[in-house]
Amino acid sequence: MKKNIANGLTLAAIAVVFTGIMTALVFFGVIDEYTAQILSLAGINVIVALSLNLISGFTGQLALGHAGFMAVGAYTTAYCIMKLNLPMFLAILIGGLVTAVFGLVIGFPTLRLRGDYLAIVTLGFGEIIRVIMINLEQITGGAAGLKGIPSFTEDILLAPALSLLWVFSVMIITIILVSNLIKSSYGRAILSVREDEIAANAMGINVFYYKMYAFTISAFIAGVGGGLYAPFFGYLNPTMFNFLKSVDFLVIVVLGGMGSITGTVIAGFVLTYLQEFLRFLQDYRLVIYPLLLIFIMLFRPSGLMGNREISILGLWQRLFKSKNQSQSKVDKAGER
Amino acid sequence: MTVLRVKDISILFGGLKAVSNFNMTLEEGELLGLIGPNGAGKTTVFNMITGVYHPTSGEIEFADKNGKFQNTTHMKPFQITQMGMARTFQNIRLFKDLTVLDNIRIAYHSNVKYKTFDAVFRTPAFFKEEAEITKKAIELLEIFNLGHKQAELAKNLPYGEQRKLEIARALATQPKLLLLDEPAAGMNPQETQDLTQLIRFIREKFNLTILLIEHDVSLVMGICERIIVLDYGQTIAEGTPAQISQDPRVIKAYLGEEVGLHA
Repeated sequence: MKKNIANGLTLAAIAVVFTGIMTALVFFGVIDEYTAQILSLAGINVIVALSLNLISGFTGQLALGHAGFMAVGAYTTAYCIMKLNLPMFLAILIGGLVTAVFGLVIGFPTLRLRGDYLAIVTLGFGEIIRVIMINLEQITGGAAGLKGIPSFTEDILLAPALSLLWVFSVMIITIILVSNLIKSSYGRAILSVREDEIAANAMGINVFYYKMYAFTISAFIAGVGGGLYAPFFGYLNPTMFNFLKSVDFLVIVVLGGMGSITGTVIAGFVLTYLQEFLRFLQDYRLVIYPLLLIFIMLFRPSGLMGNREISILGLWQRLFKSKNQSQSKVDKAGER
Repeated sequence: MTVLRVKDISILFGGLKAVSNFNMTLEEGELLGLIGPNGAGKTTVFNMITGVYHPTSGEIEFADKNGKFQNTTHMKPFQITQMGMARTFQNIRLFKDLTVLDNIRIAYHSNVKYKTFDAVFRTPAFFKEEAEITKKAIELLEIFNLGHKQAELAKNLPYGEQRKLEIARALATQPKLLLLDEPAAGMNPQETQDLTQLIRFIREKFNLTILLIEHDVSLVMGICERIIVLDYGQTIAEGTPAQISQDPRVIKAYLGEEVGLHA
C-alpha cells in the first residue's frame, strides 16, 4: 500500500514539474509564441484523440463523429462563459458533461451496430450535430460563427503561457485518468469487448453496457477537448468541426497505434507539428502529408506503438532507483 | 437436486429445424455427455442453454445460486453466466491479445465491488480488490500449471494450453455448471488422456456439474455417467455408456445401416 502511494506521488510530482517547466519556458520566451500555440493545439488534439482511442482502440468500436462531440463541448463552454459568466473550469466541465449526455443519447441506438455500420452512423450523427449548430443561430451565431469568446486570460503577455498551462494540465490529467481506467477491471471489461464479444458475454460481461460506458466517457473527454478549443481560439464556427476534423483524430489514433495511450500522445504532437512544419512546401504540403501517412501505414500497419505503452513511472524508476529493479512479476503483468 | 431443466426446446433457422423437442435434466454433481454426428445440433443445444440463441419454443430453467429455479429461456448470455453457468467454445475463444493473467481476471469482473471512481482515482478500495483478484487468478493458474506463463499473450500459448486456459477462465466465473464444447478437439491421445484427468480433478475440486459435448468416444465413454445421443436435431438414445454403445439406433447413426449382407 505504501508503495502505491509513493508511486502515485512520484507520478504527480513528475507531471507538475513537467507542466511547470513547459509553462516557464513559454513565459520566459525560450519557446516562442508560435511554437507555444502549436504545442497547445497539439495538446487539445491529444485529448480528443485519446477519447477516440478509448472507444475505437480499446473498445474496438470505430466511431467517426468525434468532431461533433467536440463541437458540443466547445459551444456549451462558450455559452457558459459568455452568457452565464461561469468560471473557466466549471464551464469546461459542463461542456464535457453536456457532451456525455449527447454521447449517451447517440450511443443508445448506434452501438447496437458493428464495424463499418457503426462508423457510418456515427459519421452521420457528427454531421447532424454540425448542421444543428449552423441552425441554432441564437446560441451559436450560426454559419457566421461565434466571436469574442474570452481567452484563458485577458493579459496578452500572459496568454501563451497560460493557454499552454491550461491545455497541458487538462491533457496530463486526462492521460493519467484514462490510463488508470484501462488498467482496472473496468478497463479489462472494455478490452474483452474488443477482443471477442461472444467470449466477453460468456464471461458475464454485459457487452452493450460496456460499449455505452466507453462511448459516454469518450464523449465526455471529447467535450472537454472542445471546451478548451473555445477559449483557445476565441472564435467558433461550425465548419471547424466538419467530417475532416474527425478524420484528423482517427489518423492520430491509427498512426499512434489503436489501443496505445503513449502512441496517441506521440502521434498527436508529431502530426500537429508536422502539419505546421510542412507549410514551407505551400500547396505540396497536402501531397506530402498523406504520402507520409501511406508510408507509415505500409511499414508499420499497427501504428507507431502497436498496443504497447511506455510507462513514465517505469522509466523514472529505471533511471533513479536501480535497487527497486526486482519489482514483483505480478506488477509487470498488471502493467501490460 | 436438479440444476438444469430443459423442456421441449426447438429452434428454427429459417426453414431448418436444427433442434426439435429436446429434453434434458441435469442433477447436481452429474457428468453428462452429449454426443452425435457432425451437424446433429449439439452446439446449437449449448448455445440455447447459454443464451446465445433463444429457442423458438420450449423452456429452459436453471437453478440460481440459492437453488431457486429461474426461467432463463430469454436471458442474455452474461446474465446466465452471472447465475453460475460457464462454458468453453468449440473453436477456442480466448482474448488473444491480452495476457494469460488478464484473461482470467476479466472473468472476475462481474463480482468487482469497486466503482469507476475508485479505478480512475486509485482509491485504497481499488488496490485492495485488485490485489485480491490477482491473487485468486494466479492461484487458479497454478492449478492448471499455467502460473509461469501469466505474463504471456494468450495467442502465444501452444494449443493444448490455450484449451486449458479457456477452461480455467470459465472456472474463474465461479460456476456450478460447466459446459465444455469439444474440449478434446485437435488433441492427440496423450493430451486427451491428460484432459480426462483434468476434468475429473476440477469436477471434484470445484464441486461442478458438467455437460460435455465430445467427438472423442474414449473420452466420453471414460468419464460420463450418462450420455444423450443427438441426430438430426432429435434425441435418439439416452443412457449409461454401456447401454449407448449397444443401442442399434446409435450404431446406425454413426456407422450407417447394414444393407443386404444376408441376402
